[in-house]
Amino acid sequence: MIFLAAAKFPPPEFSETGHQIPGFVAPAARAASLERLDVAVLVLALGLAAWLALRQRSRRGLVWLGIFSVLYFGFWRKGCICSIGSIQNIALALSDSSYALPVTVIAFGLLPLVVALFFGRVFCSAVCPHGALQDLVLLKPMKVPEWLEHGLRLLAYVYLGLAVIFAATGGGFIICQYDPFVTIFRLSGNTIMVVTGIVLLVLGVFIGRPYCRYLCPYGVLLGLASSVSKWRVQVTPSTCTQCRLCEQACPFTALNPAITAAPVRNVKTDKRRLAALVVLLPVLVATGLWLGGISGTALARKHRIINLAERVHLEESGTVTDTTDASNVFHASGTPPEELFAEARKIQHRYITAGRWAGIWIGLVIGLKLLSLAIRKERPDYEADQTRCVACARCYRYCPEELKRLGLTVPE
Amino acid sequence: MNRRDFMRNVLRGASLIGLGGVLAGVIRKANASNTVWQIDPWKCTQCGRCATECVLELSAVKCVHSFDMCGYCQLCTGYFEPQPNKLNTAAENQLCPTGAIKRQFVEDPYYEYSIDEPLCIGCSKCVKGCTMFGNGSLHLQIRHDRCVNCNECSIARACPADAIHRVPAAQPYHFKSREGHGG
Ligand code: SF4
Ligand code: SF4
Ligand code: SF4
Ligand code: SF4
Repeated sequence: MIFLAAAKFPPPEFSETGHQIPGFVAPAARAASLERLDVAVLVLALGLAAWLALRQRSRRGLVWLGIFSVLYFGFWRKGCICSIGSIQNIALALSDSSYALPVTVIAFGLLPLVVALFFGRVFCSAVCPHGALQDLVLLKPMKVPEWLEHGLRLLAYVYLGLAVIFAATGGGFIICQYDPFVTIFRLSGNTIMVVTGIVLLVLGVFIGRPYCRYLCPYGVLLGLASSVSKWRVQVTPSTCTQCRLCEQACPFTALNPAITAAPVRNVKTDKRRLAALVVLLPVLVATGLWLGGISGTALARKHRIINLAERVHLEESGTVTDTTDASNVFHASGTPPEELFAEARKIQHRYITAGRWAGIWIGLVIGLKLLSLAIRKERPDYEADQTRCVACARCYRYCPEELKRLGLTVPE
Repeated sequence: MNRRDFMRNVLRGASLIGLGGVLAGVIRKANASNTVWQIDPWKCTQCGRCATECVLELSAVKCVHSFDMCGYCQLCTGYFEPQPNKLNTAAENQLCPTGAIKRQFVEDPYYEYSIDEPLCIGCSKCVKGCTMFGNGSLHLQIRHDRCVNCNECSIARACPADAIHRVPAAQPYHFKSREGHGG
């Protein structure tokens, strides 16, 4: 059909002028060597960040590295591929065997996590362009009440769950679609996301790193990895004297006060509360499973094939009389609608399964969160909450021991 | 080593094994080279979304011309409005909203049509005209000097024909040609 169309008008001979038929000149894609350079820069930047944050304890060094990362990974590379988005590619590759993953994507996805297992979230401190950008605009940090902080931080876990569902089922990459800062790095993008990016940055002047804390799905994974890290941010270079000078230092509510004397509590009610929460955990997981299955069906409607199948069904049943661009393509292809419906059902099933897993995940997260809030902990020193701390190095200089180490006088 | 450190070591080891598992799961079919987005011109239905859905202000998609497929027609259905007043280069006769197609006389009765790329906005109007009534030598391609290689191409997401997919970066174009038709 197409081939016949191509022969409608035979190409001319140009016997008179001997005119040469021109060929193409097409600009090449970004060179492979540049891709390798990106990975090398990532490795170097991660190493440098770990060294600056944990060894040099240098806030200034991290600020400079952050500026570099914003320029290199942000404005020069224009965002893609970034570590945050790469978890979707990895999820898709794990679920769809035909999807081939470039090595660069694997490196961006896994290296920061491996580094976090040893050095904490040094990727967030100054390598991630999204984090570095927000860190640089934070000028007037305001406190967020702890209950709100706990609640909002759960959003990121939900977002991670959703992103993995959509990616693994082939329904698209929502982290990329709703990335607020990539529009800033490209100085272009759809209006809603440009506005969101600007709003988040303005908010970020007062609320430290709003995207990192309440939305970033990769930050969730980094936080989990960081919670078991080998080396970590320690406010004091020697021993904590409980001077409490660092108490207000962290703009990300990641600094835990020391708890030396356990607060007087009724042991009996404590135990009862704990028991209730332990029972609640499986209930939450089961609820998650149930809700996840339902929302899987709903979320599936965003998928191209399911959308198309619904449309074709409406057209077949005569409910609608017009057609859409996509349904026209489908009708022209001559594929029997039954085949499309069967495929749509298969995809819907995948969504339901993925939704259930995500539901279990969210139930588990909420349950464990409640449990950890109820468990009494003892903490001899002021120390950073490893899941939350982004290793920005702001707190060090609040510690008189640090000032002593640096040979600076202790301010009275 | 206290109990807390021990637990951390165990969990860290488990996480490393987990990440190793993920790596093993994806590395087998990993590509050493990168991939980029490209339009399959044989699938494209010239819906016009290429001009509007790209994340760039001026789309990374442009029209390209496979000269070897072109009939060098005097009445080019990619160049002229369906009912042109005259077969000349006056703007009101042209299909292209930005006048991006240059029409040049070669020899009787043949004319050569070439794209002035900076002017082209990738609207697919000419492509539609050429594909429907002509040889289909005009077609759309993502130009890699402009495309920023989004992790997920937002045109691909919107394309009703599912015509945009990733291709190896070493062969980043899918040009139409007289031999290579269809798949
Ligand atoms: S939390 Fe996310 S956005 Fe923030 S710095 Fe870390 S990876 Fe980047
Ligand atoms: S969106 Fe798809 S069908 Fe529409 S013009 Fe672009 S490639 Fe062609
Ligand atoms: S009609 Fe549209 S696609 Fe064709 S050359 Fe003009 S701007 Fe480009
Ligand atoms: S990958 Fe991004 S820049 Fe390239 S054509 Fe698609 S939307 Fe435009």
